[in-house]
Amino acid sequence: MSIPNNLKYTKSHEWARQEADGTVTVGITHHAQELLGDMVYVENPAVGRQLKAGEECAVVESVKAASDVYAPLAGEVVAANAEVADAPEQINQDAYAAWMFKIKPANPADLAGLLDATAYQALVESEAH
Amino acid sequence: MLKQTPLNSLHRAMGARMVDFGGWDMPVNYGSQIEEHHQVRRDAGMFDVCHMLVVDVTGAGIREFLRYLLANNADKLKEPGKALYSCMLNPAGGVIDDLIVYFMREDWFRIVVNAGTAEKDVAWMEQQRAAHAPQLAIKPRRDLAMIAVQGPNAREKTWQAIAGSRAATESLKPFQAGEFAQYFIGRTGYTGEDGFEIMLPVAEAGSLWQTLHDCGVGPIGLGARDTLRLEAGMNLYGQDMGEDVNPLEAGLAWTIDLVSPRDFIGKQALLAKPAAMQMLGLVLLDKGVLRGHQKVVTPHGDGEITSGSFSPTLSQSIAFARMPQAVAVGDTVQVEIRDKRLNAKVVKLPFARNGKSLTTI
Repeated sequence: MSIPNNLKYTKSHEWARQEADGTVTVGITHHAQELLGDMVYVENPAVGRQLKAGEECAVVESVKAASDVYAPLAGEVVAANAEVADAPEQINQDAYAAWMFKIKPANPADLAGLLDATAYQALVESEAH
Repeated sequence: MLKQTPLNSLHRAMGARMVDFGGWDMPVNYGSQIEEHHQVRRDAGMFDVCHMLVVDVTGAGIREFLRYLLANNADKLKEPGKALYSCMLNPAGGVIDDLIVYFMREDWFRIVVNAGTAEKDVAWMEQQRAAHAPQLAIKPRRDLAMIAVQGPNAREKTWQAIAGSRAATESLKPFQAGEFAQYFIGRTGYTGEDGFEIMLPVAEAGSLWQTLHDCGVGPIGLGARDTLRLEAGMNLYGQDMGEDVNPLEAGLAWTIDLVSPRDFIGKQALLAKPAAMQMLGLVLLDKGVLRGHQKVVTPHGDGEITSGSFSPTLSQSIAFARMPQAVAVGDTVQVEIRDKRLNAKVVKLPFARNGKSLTTI
């Protein structure tokens, strides 16, 4: 259950979800929050910012360390989750409910190029060894 | 291959996330490090500190040897069992290590040094012994394990776990140790809370860990150990001090006796270079997290954060910062975090002791 089948993933441990309105919601994976530990700070990109795929666009910090969050695909930031910035521990509680920002993709087909749950599972397992 | 303490398999059984800590396979947390932190401030937690090294010094004339070897004055140790925190300096005044020395008898002192510096420390002590006190023996004690039990209920729960230990250790003052059966129990620690550090034979360590756990003492990883010592204003070797740092600029002046006529290794070098910087605390006023090596901008010149994290007790980010002498408690300074300059308030150390915040912003 820690890698839902309906999401897409990146090698840098973001998840991405296709929404009905054509936007893509982004967060960090359960595995990423487990590695980082207790979250205490979230910095989201400004709404309206144009992102390139793979660009550093947000930061999450746990008690232990700071970690960059990368844009899974190119597009414009159309929403940022203020609630998770106020209560970063929501990411520890449920990494897939605690979304960070939404992108309107420049090219909606890009989403298909991300990892599926099986490929992401394999990545996590390979990093553990 | 990472080195393992005698408690390694117990950490795994208790759900620890393990990390490479200076070549040792150590638990960083067993779940939430913030909860572990609160467990120590509010109740009692236990730490595997077997990676640290116990070194016994025996023979005639130890006190005289330590007077020269250590920056703090071993003459402060009058009552048997008393412990002293000290730096061991090199001739240039840099810190080889910080350590605790217990005075047990005139012919037996016990020293506890950091894990990462243990080999270097023993080699240095051995070199000094050969040159200045060849009659002494210096013996590393890898046959001893060490478990720290810390928190307001730590002593009570230790007494439950080790039958008969209450009578033997109830009268110990802070920074004093005593022996009981196969245990060496010191009322010391690295958290700013009451508690014990317990040394015992390696073969017995697992069963004590389990018994303490059964008495309600939670296992605490290195993550919470770091935030606890940071709140308590205690330096970490390699981060807040080291061979290239003037200890007088690292908040260690209280441990270095430059007044008495006693000579010690590093003294001349320290007298020749007065401190231009000082170490103080910072509390971040804006949102974010202070971290080591971030630049601190003040009207009197730049400084640098040596250790920073999030304080579970204050629910704010805190740090130690080395800053120009003219910076004063109460000032607001700026810290560069990524592309921003955030405001932080300069405060006295420590931030917290005995379960309570000492900082008001």
